[in-house]
Amino acid sequence: MVRLVLAAFLGFALMVADHRYQYLETVRGSLSVLVYPFYYLANLPDTLLHRVQGRLADDEVLRRDLAALQRENLLLRARMQRFESLEAENRRLRDLLGSSVRVGERVLIAELLAVDLNPYRHHLLIDKGARAGVFVGQPVVDARAVMGQVVRADPLTARVLLITDVEHSLPVEVLRNGLRAIASGTGLINQLELPHLPKNADIRVGDLLVTSGLGGRFPAGYPVARVATVDSEPGNAFATVTAEPLARLDRSREVLLVWIPSSSEHAAGDPSEHSLNEAPER
Amino acid sequence: MTKRTRRGGGVILATLAVAMILTLLPMPDWSVPYRPPWIALTLLYWVLAVPERVGVFSAFGLGLLLDVVSANLLGQQALSLAVMAYLAEVLHRRIRLFPPLQQTLSIWMLLLVERLLFLWLLVATGQPLPPPVYWAGTVTGMLLWPWLFVVLRDLRRRFRVA
Repeated sequence: MVRLVLAAFLGFALMVADHRYQYLETVRGSLSVLVYPFYYLANLPDTLLHRVQGRLADDEVLRRDLAALQRENLLLRARMQRFESLEAENRRLRDLLGSSVRVGERVLIAELLAVDLNPYRHHLLIDKGARAGVFVGQPVVDARAVMGQVVRADPLTARVLLITDVEHSLPVEVLRNGLRAIASGTGLINQLELPHLPKNADIRVGDLLVTSGLGGRFPAGYPVARVATVDSEPGNAFATVTAEPLARLDRSREVLLVWIPSSSEHAAGDPSEHSLNEAPER
Repeated sequence: MTKRTRRGGGVILATLAVAMILTLLPMPDWSVPYRPPWIALTLLYWVLAVPERVGVFSAFGLGLLLDVVSANLLGQQALSLAVMAYLAEVLHRRIRLFPPLQQTLSIWMLLLVERLLFLWLLVATGQPLPPPVYWAGTVTGMLLWPWLFVVLRDLRRRFRVA
């Protein structure tokens, strides 16, 4: 009985300390190093499977993949040429206007560890951690769009909160007209919602939503989602708008970590700040 | 207490490590809510078998690791597992003597108590509420118990864990 009381007391003390204050980050960090071998072992079957699949792949398939990738590379390069000249022009114009500009974001490729963490939350584990310079609040994107942000940076691994998690919201704007909104996660992997948009807001199905850069967490201009439905029910004060994330949230194996040069110092601040983008709406 | 031979600590740790890996192993999306609570089940077996060695504090430590893994509040899973281990410890003489069906049901009860406490802590700290399929893990855990029991008992006999 004494031991139970002791354990209960310890448990409550830990929870309060973890919930109210951020004292336990170091404890969590060192425990996470302790569980790293388990992550590694649990991830092993998946890695081996992929390796074997790579070995067994057909010549024909590989050649076709290679050809497709070369074509895509050519297309992207051609687009890149235009992009570079546009970027230079943009910088010149901004110089003329005397406004500051952020260019030259640094990125790092990280691989997902195939482990199941918490079935009710949209978390990912990636194989780069604080040692690789990952910090809390860092934006994570894949080849198509924004995926989420880092919520914990342990020495060897980092935990990413996806944009579809119920606790996540991010500021976006409609690319077509610059209408600002908040995209909140719904807990469904293929749906975001845009709450508090007035019924007469100029938003249509198919509109591309990009990050607006407000809040300072995500760099501006990354694609996020495409508007899927716009409903205005007579009973509701606001329009009901849902959007479908463009990132392959449940299928990507590799993600990109982004460093924004001019704003990284305030994003790298204290971990308690990570509630900044997570509006506690629900 | 007289000096006892303590053997097979390695076996206990190894089974718990395997349980941890099974907890983390990626599975098809539809089956994730039905994943049995491997750690809780293995822990229950060892508490029932050798209550003087595996008890409240072992459960607490394991729960702490699980908390780190699933990004709960630190202490959340630890507390619920500790309470479950305590109940198992108090009742271990009875549960050991139960016929298989009754034993399985009492294991289910213990798993339910653990989940209930965990849910209460989720609500008390204002975290998002899981869907009702949250309870499904206890049922798969219960169905798995007879097999797990046999496997672990054979392991215990072979390595003479006492």
